[in-house]
Amino acid sequence: MQMPEPDGAIIARRVEIAALLRAAVPDAVIDDPAETRAYECDALSAYRCPPLAVVLPATTEEVAAVLRICHREGVPVVPRGAGTSLAGGSMPTADAVVIGLARMNAVLEADYDNRFIRVQTGRTNLSVSGAVDGAGFFYAPDPSSQLACAIGGNIGMNSGGAHCLKYGVTTNNLLAVKLVLMDGQIVDLGGPMGEAAGLDLLGVVCGSEGQLGIVTEATLRILPKPAGARPVLVAFDASETAGACVAAIIRAGILPVAIEFMDRPCIRATEAFAQAGYPDCEALLIIEVEGTPPEIAEQLQLIRQIAEGFSPVEFRESRSEEESRRIWLGRKSAFGAMGQINDYMCLDGTIPVSALPQVLGGIARLSAEFGLEVANVFHAGDGNMHPLILYDANKPGDLERCEEFGAEILKLCVEVGGCLTGEHGVGVEKRELMTTQFTLTDLEAQMRVKDVFDPQWLLNAAKVFPLSVSASRREGRNDRKGTSAHAA
Amino acid sequence: MTGKGQARMRPESVEALAEIIRLTDMPLSPVGGGTRLRPGEGQGARIETGRLSGVTHYEPEALTLVVRAGTSLQAVQELLASEGQMLAFEPDGRAGSTIGGVVAANASGPRRVQAGACRDALIGVQFVDGRGEIIRNGGRVMKNVTGYDLVKLMAGSRGTLGVLTECAFKTAPIPQVSLTLALPDLEAGPAVAALTRALTGPFDVSGAGWLPERGALIRLEGLEGSVAIRRQTLAARLEGFGGLVEVPGMNWADLVPEARGGDLWRITCQPTEAPALLAALPEPLALDWGGALIWVELPPGEMPVLPSWSGQAQRVRGTEPALVPPMNSIVARLNRDLRARFDPRGILVGEG
Repeated sequence: MQMPEPDGAIIARRVEIAALLRAAVPDAVIDDPAETRAYECDALSAYRCPPLAVVLPATTEEVAAVLRICHREGVPVVPRGAGTSLAGGSMPTADAVVIGLARMNAVLEADYDNRFIRVQTGRTNLSVSGAVDGAGFFYAPDPSSQLACAIGGNIGMNSGGAHCLKYGVTTNNLLAVKLVLMDGQIVDLGGPMGEAAGLDLLGVVCGSEGQLGIVTEATLRILPKPAGARPVLVAFDASETAGACVAAIIRAGILPVAIEFMDRPCIRATEAFAQAGYPDCEALLIIEVEGTPPEIAEQLQLIRQIAEGFSPVEFRESRSEEESRRIWLGRKSAFGAMGQINDYMCLDGTIPVSALPQVLGGIARLSAEFGLEVANVFHAGDGNMHPLILYDANKPGDLERCEEFGAEILKLCVEVGGCLTGEHGVGVEKRELMTTQFTLTDLEAQMRVKDVFDPQWLLNAAKVFPLSVSASRREGRNDRKGTSAHAA
Repeated sequence: MTGKGQARMRPESVEALAEIIRLTDMPLSPVGGGTRLRPGEGQGARIETGRLSGVTHYEPEALTLVVRAGTSLQAVQELLASEGQMLAFEPDGRAGSTIGGVVAANASGPRRVQAGACRDALIGVQFVDGRGEIIRNGGRVMKNVTGYDLVKLMAGSRGTLGVLTECAFKTAPIPQVSLTLALPDLEAGPAVAALTRALTGPFDVSGAGWLPERGALIRLEGLEGSVAIRRQTLAARLEGFGGLVEVPGMNWADLVPEARGGDLWRITCQPTEAPALLAALPEPLALDWGGALIWVELPPGEMPVLPSWSGQAQRVRGTEPALVPPMNSIVARLNRDLRARFDPRGILVGEG
């Protein structure tokens, strides 16, 4: 993974910069090289680099104070939620100060009549739902890492989850944020129903991978919990048939809250790991519907009718909480199970649902060509694929081959009308592939937005855009130091 | 609609549109059907998208539609309905509206409380910016976080960053049953409390508004049996507000009113703030989104005097643009700078 050469002049000033930061936010600065090592990577752990220093502020004002200093001194900044990014979104550089949100995890306000919760953004995703559960509400986006991942990171990457087929992703559930700009100015974006006059700045900040500012508070939409939910498991003797069944369900006008897909290699691994009792089959779907018992029965009857047209090997309806738990068990432990038997790389491309057979066929061909196994598990309803490529990190050359293979799969996703990433973000991982999906003009338009929010390109700068494409802006950094943030 | 002596251009292709923008030095007003112009808008030479029309791609089983911006909203809705689908949001159907105009205005009707706004259903755009460059963002898949979300930035940008030429949307199945229930005796203020009761329970309400002649209105949609069950449990929950009656053939587009001679104001707020705002205003023309949106008519030129609240009031019909409270200075600077980046010559004129 190529990263820009760190600025030696900044590294040489480490002690001085740490002292400046410490004067502004005492007890929140880590600059002992033994301790900064804990922040050297995120969940893309194949790549590591200890930062210059780490600051763990407790308030928005402290975040602003740190950013003001870094802005004045021309020091790059890497924002970090919980460090669960699979794309290297919070991977530091040696000349950067990491601003971690870990200490900012308070619930500021839960307003049930107006159906929102306002939290500090270091709070974990699951604990947001936890905070409103007792009142009968939940926060809908549910990334697999929801036990650990922070709302700040969810906003940075516009995270999704299994249930976004019905409830949408982060951007559809985010109503307002408090954003600290690189120059330390604090601004509120959004408003009631997520709306404010003028351009939708909230919309462009969500998913900007920490490049436009640091979000310290978020107002999130909460929803009344449905009366109940129940999954069914449908097994097929071919992946293509499972894909066709998904299309038929959606075509019939039924919108389940989740449709998950697993293929044989994935089923085999999760069975060995979690013993969920899945049938012996080529592919299976887990389809979840919500409502009161009669509403659930009404939807499941329709789904069963449709599924039967595709001669499933098995149609397993849950009859109890315990059976529901077992149906979800294998899916939820899929990533852990794969990690047990191998190192793996998790991809995240999205494809039009109609292209599923073509893409699965293409992945199988590439798998043979590269000599690496792939297990497929994904959100079938919205076409967001998660092929897991298995490799051996101890085998020289295996990681590189795996990355090449992954890049080929993502190019295939783009070719059939899809995209490189559906919910994980670009980070450093897919940065260099951006030109397969976008023209230079398209990328230039996106970079102009960063020019407005962060004219010196100090925030998380070596991410998202191919290094050669962002080079002139990043390297212009030192020349522009001290110039007005308002310059055109 | 076109003013005297005002130039009009109707480019036949995206490339021709880009060339016009590159070569011109006069102020331009991008216009779709011209049905949603606000005070101060539409003053430049009109650049119309009517000839950039037609469906590019429609995949019902993937719930996705790609359509050129000048296509009429009605044509889009008819095509989707022929496949048992609809747009995943709910634009009001003004005669002559184009789909690009709907997006540029982020026109989002009652379904916003359940399914989100236009910006939430919009998954891709192509546009020509003020430099005359053709830019794509997003795509035609539902989940996509590749690069910055300029799709959101374009939704509601009212022609100030560029001219939309193509839009991709998430579609949704038309519900088997759509049932409108009313609490006819409620005034606007008390109606908000009733709507809040409905929206805070597991009823999957897809519309929650108020009209002077109809009272509080609640819409339930879905499979037949499910709607019947929710209707019962909702009736029990709303017992304290009077009896729920069914409103057959309700047209929810009525929730987006027209002014009747005065200025039309659009006020957003938290629902619990609505009663205090309503007390300071004449009877509203409509409430929507459970009370988070107030439509009210004021005498021409008059400004509302309101207790401080968390939303904004904007004049959307009248002579002069007006916003209460005014935009925060940092937000205003970000808006101005973004416009300057996408349209450095300042030829795309909007309000203000």
